[in-house]
Amino acid sequence: MSLLSSSVSITCYKVSGEIQKPVLDTIYSGLARHTIQSIDDEPMEKTIGWTSFKNPYLPDFEGSSFVIGPYLVFSLRLDKKTIPANVIRKNVAVETAKQLNRSGRNYLSTNEKKTIKDQVTASLSRRIPATPNVYDLIWNMEGSRLWFFSNLKTANEALETMFLKSFNLTLIHLFPFTIADQVLGLSDPDRDRLVQLEPTKFSEA
Amino acid sequence: MLDVAVSYNRYKFLGDEFLTWLWFVMEKQPEALRETDPELKSLDVGNRIVLENHRNHTKESITIKGDQAGLEEGTLALWKGALVTELNLVYKSGSHEWRFSVKGENLHLSGLKTPQTGPVENKEDMEGAVLEKVFLYEKALALIYNLYNLFIRLRLAPKWKNEVVPQIKNWILSQQSN
Repeated sequence: MSLLSSSVSITCYKVSGEIQKPVLDTIYSGLARHTIQSIDDEPMEKTIGWTSFKNPYLPDFEGSSFVIGPYLVFSLRLDKKTIPANVIRKNVAVETAKQLNRSGRNYLSTNEKKTIKDQVTASLSRRIPATPNVYDLIWNMEGSRLWFFSNLKTANEALETMFLKSFNLTLIHLFPFTIADQVLGLSDPDRDRLVQLEPTKFSEA
Repeated sequence: MLDVAVSYNRYKFLGDEFLTWLWFVMEKQPEALRETDPELKSLDVGNRIVLENHRNHTKESITIKGDQAGLEEGTLALWKGALVTELNLVYKSGSHEWRFSVKGENLHLSGLKTPQTGPVENKEDMEGAVLEKVFLYEKALALIYNLYNLFIRLRLAPKWKNEVVPQIKNWILSQQSN
């Protein structure tokens, strides 16, 4: 989801850990190492990597192009090939018939059936282009805060993994408990009280 | 520090209590909201409110939708023991308006619409547009974080049990007798 869309969803994170200096060089190298690679013409079904906010289909991080004012702005791209189940079924049936014909038998073993299915899926994957999904992020380094422009669980999990792999920094997901515990500056006695809290009943029903 | 998955589930009720409290404050103590934004003009329930009631290991969910929807079913659900789990808000500050939904379990914002910004016609416009959007997103997030800060400090103080909960109970009861 683009951060410039007319309607957006935001998931907030706190960035935990020390980034190696010089900071921009470290970020550039993390982005470059994990830039999205095209899987069109490849047998792979999906891939994940970083891409440029300004040009998500031709990633380029040269010249600190990911810096906008005090923020770092780039995107996570998830490319996935979706092969309709009916297409796989049809091609498996055709290949199965050919193999039975060749072997002169009237049945195939479980292993043979699996091999045919794997070969068909790989062959179709090579021919089908991947559908890209781009999710922008804004990283405020000064405040150690990051906004990710998606609430989708799969996209957020991919972000957390990729961020750790690329920059050796942990993203702490901010939700009611972690906001209270780590963002609001509560005193130690209040943080102790926080962990003891139990649900309130607003009704006698 | 508690494990993230454990704390997410163990304290999920905090976000739902926050949204329930927020609805009460918007209805009965709107002046208290100004503490979170001196320029605040209004903060109102928008076109969607979701409530959930967990009883005897079953979940009952009530969704009220529509721009002019009556919220009586909502307060009836509160009376039966439900909490607000999702709230669509219309936030007006200065001469601007924001609309968005907040989920209790994670306080994520979704469907966030900011005041109108200038068109992006070329790549040079883009950086200015990003900075303008960041400012506008920050304003909506700051509102929610400031409100949550207000809530959590009340929630941790004796005032919660002694004053706030009885006030919310009275409000819920008064809605049923109207």
